[in-house]
Amino acid sequence: MYEIVYKETLSEHSKLMVVEAPDVARKADPGQFVIVRIDEQGERIPLTIADYDRDAGTVTLVFQEVGKSTMHMGTLTPGEGFRDLVGPLGHPTEIGERGTVVCVGGGVAIAAIYPIARGFKQAGNEVLSIIGARSRELLFWIERMKAISDELIVVTDDGSYGRQALVTDPLRELLELRADEIAEVHAVGPAPMMKACAQTAQPFGVPVIVSLNTVMVDGTGMCGGCRVEVGGEVRFVCVDGPSFDGHLVDWDMLMARQAFYRDEEHHAVAHWEEECRLLAAEEDA
Amino acid sequence: MTELSMKKRLEIPRQEMPTQDPDARCANFGEVALGYTYELALREAQRCLQCPDPACVKGCPVGVKIPEFIAALCEGDLPRAVAEMKERNAMPAICGRVCPQETQCEVLCVLGKRGAPVAIGRLERYVGDYELQERVCPTPVREAPTGQRIAIVGSGPAGLTCAAELAVQGHEVTIFEALHSSGGVLGYGIPEFRLPKQVVQDEIDCVVQGLDIQVRLNTLIGRTFTVEELLEDEGYAAIFVGSGAGLPNMVRIPGINLNGVLSANEFLTRVNLKKGYRFPEYDTPVKVGKKVAVIGAGNVAMDAARSALRLGTMRALENGGTPPEVHIVYRRSIEEVPARLEEFEHAREEGIHFNFLVNPVRIHGNERREVSGMRVQRMALGEPDASGRRRPLPIPGAEYDMDVDMVIMALGTRPNPIVFRHAAGLERTEWGTVVADEETGKTTVCPIWAGGDVVTGAATVISAMGAGQRAAASIDAYLRTGEW
Ligand SMILES: Cc1cc2nc3c(=O)[nH]c(=O)nc-3n(C[C@H](O)[C@H](O)[C@H](O)COP(=O)(O)OP(=O)(O)OC[C@H]3O[C@@H](n4cnc5c(N)ncnc54)[C@H](O)[C@@H]3O)c2cc1C
Ligand SMILES: Cc1cc2nc3c(=O)[nH]c(=O)nc-3n(C[C@H](O)[C@H](O)[C@H](O)COP(=O)(O)OP(=O)(O)OC[C@H]3O[C@@H](n4cnc5c(N)ncnc54)[C@H](O)[C@@H]3O)c2cc1C
Ligand code: SF4
Ligand code: SF4
Ligand code: FES
Repeated sequence: MYEIVYKETLSEHSKLMVVEAPDVARKADPGQFVIVRIDEQGERIPLTIADYDRDAGTVTLVFQEVGKSTMHMGTLTPGEGFRDLVGPLGHPTEIGERGTVVCVGGGVAIAAIYPIARGFKQAGNEVLSIIGARSRELLFWIERMKAISDELIVVTDDGSYGRQALVTDPLRELLELRADEIAEVHAVGPAPMMKACAQTAQPFGVPVIVSLNTVMVDGTGMCGGCRVEVGGEVRFVCVDGPSFDGHLVDWDMLMARQAFYRDEEHHAVAHWEEECRLLAAEEDA
Repeated sequence: MTELSMKKRLEIPRQEMPTQDPDARCANFGEVALGYTYELALREAQRCLQCPDPACVKGCPVGVKIPEFIAALCEGDLPRAVAEMKERNAMPAICGRVCPQETQCEVLCVLGKRGAPVAIGRLERYVGDYELQERVCPTPVREAPTGQRIAIVGSGPAGLTCAAELAVQGHEVTIFEALHSSGGVLGYGIPEFRLPKQVVQDEIDCVVQGLDIQVRLNTLIGRTFTVEELLEDEGYAAIFVGSGAGLPNMVRIPGINLNGVLSANEFLTRVNLKKGYRFPEYDTPVKVGKKVAVIGAGNVAMDAARSALRLGTMRALENGGTPPEVHIVYRRSIEEVPARLEEFEHAREEGIHFNFLVNPVRIHGNERREVSGMRVQRMALGEPDASGRRRPLPIPGAEYDMDVDMVIMALGTRPNPIVFRHAAGLERTEWGTVVADEETGKTTVCPIWAGGDVVTGAATVISAMGAGQRAAASIDAYLRTGEW
């Protein structure tokens, strides 16, 4: 078992867990992910490594409760753990001296952009960060991001915190002001957000590196379920990615593939809620 | 049992193995072939002529002592039959079920010249199942500890066999497996109705019991550790790579990325490894179309087609719909079908439709980017190609549409290259397989050995086990003499 040593609620539906996994912590780099499985019946769930502590032998995972598996994960407490955890998977983000980079994180992916932004900062770059969420309750790690960014812009869709805007608005303004200095944009978040970031930067000729979250089965290149089209080539996100050139990704295909199991996902949530209800009723009785 | 005359032996017909009724088995994942009873096994065993120079043995990749184990069976001495069998093949319950006997041992049996060969595979399965029930085989005695540590990459038949042999020789063995369970293709590929997972588990337990082999699941070599790190930092004296050939080939035709186009690996993994057929009790969903086309006609294609048929039929019974229509689409003819004969016949009995001499050229999609049909090209057989099979050639202008809503690609696999990250100097062929000596399994880098599908490309369970055995002997010799 991979034990949960610490748990924190970041926002209404986002939880953070620090999990004991020394072999993974030893090798983890920004941009990589793990696949976890709660128990024998569980689905294999890919999650970004939001942080790691090589000495303590732990990795930090941050997840949003969007379906049956992540809801179940949310009920786990320290002392409990995951039956399976494999990683680090995927290629690390290429971090080097670029000059100035913009790091954009949307929603739960604020946790995913954090190690990337920190990596660029540590490599001596000027890091301009933009984080955003639908509303204030969904934001987290503002202080953490501030500490490793030369500039941090926070936006919410509804204006309940920071500026009322989409992440692409400040991104466009930064590019308008400093396109010739900005070497790269790194964007992690829901597919529509990453697509919009790529479109925003396109006219400025600035590369946008995105981290794709397709449905995955094994995460080792064995099934092809995670395939996407990048620049007309078929690529497997789990082994060729997860980072790709956002200008070359076939976004419509990616989003269509993400939606393929939607009916089954709804069914699984209904089944889970029914089980929880029965369990609660049993405990009451 | 009294001694039978040659004439009497020749009069016994080959004993059929009872099977689940085709109509019933389409709606469950229970085993299709039910195995011999003691009486049937005995009768079949009596057919063997006990040839002094047995041809059958030459066809077996590990040289199972076929007449010896059958003789023991004839005498009713089952513990001895098990012992004779296990001398060469540690997994008879598995191999007896999945070996392509008709092209390996049985094809060479002398009885086959005039009639039906001895059903060696079925007898092997009988002996294997007996051992799983009774556990008469003593645990192997380990030799004195050598203090040498060996890393095995992959827990498929090649890795498991190599590990067991080395452990018996007194070495300390660790198996590293990327997935959350062991067994390789035996676990995630071959479906329950052909190879029950309980049989796989029990037989693996039987092989590794008492040998103190450490199995580290969820460890992807190339990522969690590299081959280099295993040797330099983790203190392993030798490595055996048995990582299989798990990477699916996806043909480049338009529409290949539509929703509803899956590799057979993805489909079978969802069904087997993650027990998708028990969704939502198990969490991994798996979809089945109403009209499914499986491209290819090997074992993998048959398994995918028959799994799709079962899942679809079970759901239809549950929800009152109609069972799915499942097609095999193959560009060659019935003569070239590479699947085991038994699987091909079982598939036909179950009502899988076979479309020979057709090749997909395009998959059509609807506005939601889901599969809505498939354009296929009719083929004709031309001159034999390098493999000796007649090459399929397109018949110009002969194309038509098939009405399908799901397409499963079963067109072969290649080795997964991840394991070779940071393995400098390890030579590979243009097909991505590792260059290794056939007799010893030595790669181009000392002290790394390889065997099984990662060397041969997709092959068979028993040939992977044979490679594991041979490599173990070579590794043991190296560790004792220091000579590469
Ligand atoms: C490389 C990678 C890294 C990821 N990192 C994180 C992370 O750090 N934190 C986090 O909260 N989530 C992350 N995800 C997404 C996460 O894996 C999914 O949210 C999770 O699998 C949903 O499982 P579920 O059973 O709870 O929901 P489901 O019922 O399976 O799905 C609910 C919703 O999530 C969508 N979904 C399902 N599977 C995925 C998937 N693999 N990726 C994206 N959306 C999916 C569905 O389309 C559906 O809308 C990552 C995905 C990938 C591929
Ligand atoms: C659907 C299907 C049906 C088949 N039917 C038959 C049949 O009827 N009869 C028959 O004889 N053969 C059959 N085969 C072929 C047979 O299963 C294989 O030839 C055999 O399993 C090869 O054994 P192996 O040990 O070389 O590799 P595998 O069984 O593939 O095992 C390799 C293992 O290594 C692991 N691995 C891979 N990379 C890494 C890594 N980097 N780090 C750690 N672990 C890793 C994999 O997860 C896997 O568990 C079938 C194959 C399939 C796919
Ligand atoms: S292992 Fe396979 S080939 Fe060898 S005797 Fe048994 S069934 Fe035949
Ligand atoms: S060739 Fe046939 S008859 Fe002869 S020993 Fe082998 S199985 Fe028996
Ligand atoms: S998840 Fe299976 S190949 Fe990427």
